[in-house]
Amino acid sequence: MSDLAGAQIGAVNAGDTAWMLIATALVLLMTPALGLFYAGLVRSKNTLNTFMMCVGAIAVAAVAWALLGYSLAFDGSGSLIGGLGNVALHGVGFAPRPGTTIPALLFMAFQATFCIVTIALVSGAVVERMRFGAFLVFAALWSVLVYAVLAHWAFGGGWLASNGTLDFAGGVPVEMGSGFSALAAALVVGARKDYGRQALIPHNAVYVLLGAGLLWFGWFGFNGGSGFSTGHSSVLAFVNTLLTPACTLVVWFVLDLIRGRRVTAIGAATAIIVGCVAITPAAGFISPGWAMALGALAALPSYGTIVYRTRTRVDETLDVLAAHGVAGFFGILFIGFAAQATWNGVSDGLLYGNPAQLGDQALAALAAPAYAFGATFLLLKLVGRLMPLRATEHEEAMGMDVIQHGEEAYATGEGAILVLPEAGDRAGVMVADPG
Amino acid sequence: VKLVIAIVRPEKANDVLEALYRAEVRGVSISRVQGHGGELDRVETYRGSTVKMGLADKVRFEIAISDSFVQPTIEALREGARTGEVGDGKIFVLPLERVVRIRTGETDNRAVTPVRK
Repeated sequence: MSDLAGAQIGAVNAGDTAWMLIATALVLLMTPALGLFYAGLVRSKNTLNTFMMCVGAIAVAAVAWALLGYSLAFDGSGSLIGGLGNVALHGVGFAPRPGTTIPALLFMAFQATFCIVTIALVSGAVVERMRFGAFLVFAALWSVLVYAVLAHWAFGGGWLASNGTLDFAGGVPVEMGSGFSALAAALVVGARKDYGRQALIPHNAVYVLLGAGLLWFGWFGFNGGSGFSTGHSSVLAFVNTLLTPACTLVVWFVLDLIRGRRVTAIGAATAIIVGCVAITPAAGFISPGWAMALGALAALPSYGTIVYRTRTRVDETLDVLAAHGVAGFFGILFIGFAAQATWNGVSDGLLYGNPAQLGDQALAALAAPAYAFGATFLLLKLVGRLMPLRATEHEEAMGMDVIQHGEEAYATGEGAILVLPEAGDRAGVMVADPG
Repeated sequence: VKLVIAIVRPEKANDVLEALYRAEVRGVSISRVQGHGGELDRVETYRGSTVKMGLADKVRFEIAISDSFVQPTIEALREGARTGEVGDGKIFVLPLERVVRIRTGETDNRAVTPVRK
């Protein structure tokens, strides 16, 4: 999370700032990319709703972050939570963010994109049945009460960071934060009505692959930008973001071959995500060789979790826990073994003579899931008191696109009648051109 | 030999298949169709244009069966497809002049009797 390699404290560096501007845009792209990935995984009648949860995440999380979340995460070094000094972006300007060489305003925007994609990830647990409005309310509250708190612990000088836990790009707030929150959300909202009765299969595997590819592309900004510079740790993180998912893909192919005698496309897309997640916390801390080993090993627990989860009654629909929670957990712990001061300039892991690092990592691997799960469970129970969380069975059967948005992803236009606004319903209707 | 055509809601198509299976009806073709059966129009909005969707998505089942199967098939279709709301669909029963199984050349009742394994 901190690389000052060669940079002067107290001055904004043009090169670092240029890279961080691009990295911020790359990370923002991950949210619509996730929307595409998720949209392909659901049934066609829920395509738009699923995508819109990610678009909705941009809307509410960016606003909540600017108003309150950023301040709680990054103002001051309180042990559990930051301060209110930066509420509504007060005092966030062109002066460098302490500890970096980029303007605080840019730092805020970069961190905002993390908050956005994280709550978008959680939506994968509740697609195809959660009401859109209830999700937006949940997303706004979650980004302040869960994400900002975990980000403060890991990045903002909170107790995990000051304790020595290493988390380069968000194993704690983003990956374990989303994964274990997703499990809680799936339990509170409940399973889809057809879950376990009918085969609910992805409706467009091409979306899934394209979404995974765009996520990987954005992840270069996510990991490569988390050094806040163009220094060594950023280069290391960037390159590891190429190597780790490639190794996860190879191992996933083998696992698919063993289990089903075929290499699957949806499996490959999942493997890309798992690899990117696993390297996220470790990206700037472990050597490229260890990053490749991490990619290969991280495939195993996530693959196992997906296979096991689908046999349970828990409809954690798009396997956010397996892909993000479990892989993030694995990556956080892996730092404790394989961190190398010769590569990261910060700390060694167990294999290089510093067993204490593993203890610091294990602490984060216990605390983050516990907080994410518990806080999300309570928050959703509370939101459920205020408004219904899910659509009725009839609405679920009709599909969330028509019910929640009044649109279809694959409207043919046949039989569609244009209602002319001035003429009203009585006259002036004409048949739309199906072409 | 009769041809049963049923138009049902797409979200009930799986329930219909299950019910047909329980009624031991094995030969089924289905297709996605659009139609209108007196239900309320859906209103959708695309970039400010409000559109009334006059046609609803439906699934059409075509089932050729011997006469003794007609009643159980109709019951299975109703059981699987019914929600009680307008738009549940229709069942049409038509006489069939001739049925030929392409593989064997069997005709009529023998052609619509499932192959025993």
